[in-house]
Amino acid sequence: MTRRVRLWVLAAGLLATAALYAAACTQLPGFGGSWHPYGDRAVRAALQQRTANTVSSVNFDLRAFDTLGEESVLFASVLGTVVLLRRTRDEKRVAPEPVRVPAALRRYGRLMLPVTLLIGLYVIAHGQLSPGGGFQGGVVAATSLHLLYIAVDYPALERFRPLGLYELADGAGEAAYVLLGAAGLIAGSAYLANVLPLGTFNTLSSGGTVPLLNAAVGIEVTSAVVVLLAHFLAQALEIEGEREEDRSA
Amino acid sequence: MSLLPYLIAGWIFLAGVYGIATSRNLIHAVGCLAVTQSSTYVLLLSVGYRKGATAPVFSDAPTSATVVDPVVQALALTDVVVGATVTALLLALVVQTAKRHGTIDPDELSGLKG
Repeated sequence: MTRRVRLWVLAAGLLATAALYAAACTQLPGFGGSWHPYGDRAVRAALQQRTANTVSSVNFDLRAFDTLGEESVLFASVLGTVVLLRRTRDEKRVAPEPVRVPAALRRYGRLMLPVTLLIGLYVIAHGQLSPGGGFQGGVVAATSLHLLYIAVDYPALERFRPLGLYELADGAGEAAYVLLGAAGLIAGSAYLANVLPLGTFNTLSSGGTVPLLNAAVGIEVTSAVVVLLAHFLAQALEIEGEREEDRSA
Repeated sequence: MSLLPYLIAGWIFLAGVYGIATSRNLIHAVGCLAVTQSSTYVLLLSVGYRKGATAPVFSDAPTSATVVDPVVQALALTDVVVGATVTALLLALVVQTAKRHGTIDPDELSGLKG
């Protein structure tokens, strides 16, 4: 199929989709309306479970089983990336040269690293109370480590980032979520049921299993992002293919 | 114009699909897929919006407050994280494609090899 024909087929498909979608939109409940049957029920259920952040209650209590699925997608794609970005037989590993970093950038990095790490852990720990949780806080915590790469250099990042441990933690986070679900079965209820005491509303220990599942997801997302970035950085900085050199020579 | 947010979501979706179909660079195509996916965030959040309501977090609001729909927000949240890691997986595939075939133009990758 030539490019021209392909564009015509594409145009026809896009126009038809646009027309059907616009027609469907006219049947949707109006934007900003007050009819939200699922939302109202979710809010009621979250308050009953004494979880102040309704979104966390939906993710880790009402729809905890779905989150297990989403977490497994995350785990699987990290696994896939690690396998795809491994060093192959015809590639060799070279040590990247240390680079001089401006003093101001160095100071900024040293100052911001602990602050960013603390914010990440805070966001994970307060997932049941305020906006945030394991998913968001995990990304922030993982980012903090990489300030080392920006403010110092790559060898410094490698020293403070034992990759094997993070790979282990990634699996442990996923396993912790699965096992916490089994705790529901042992307690004589359903899988991933919220069986722990619910605590006092709007305190750090409220929400039953929500803070624990949040922590499990936090561990997994932190290590997942660290592992992902480690493999991409290794591809960019360390691994050199012989073939590419042959081609350019 | 109570339809406008829904139509914007549709527009972002179509723009992303157009980008993927006409792409001449796989990295660009992965970026377009992320655009296509972000249309779902706009659609989900506009479905859940309620006029005059606040965020569905009761740590500093009375429990009687009207809030926007938390279910769609939870969906958008996991969508963002999973989308980011799937993008990483696709980019890893692009790295391998570039190594094995020396090109990342999808039109040049049509021939069989082996």
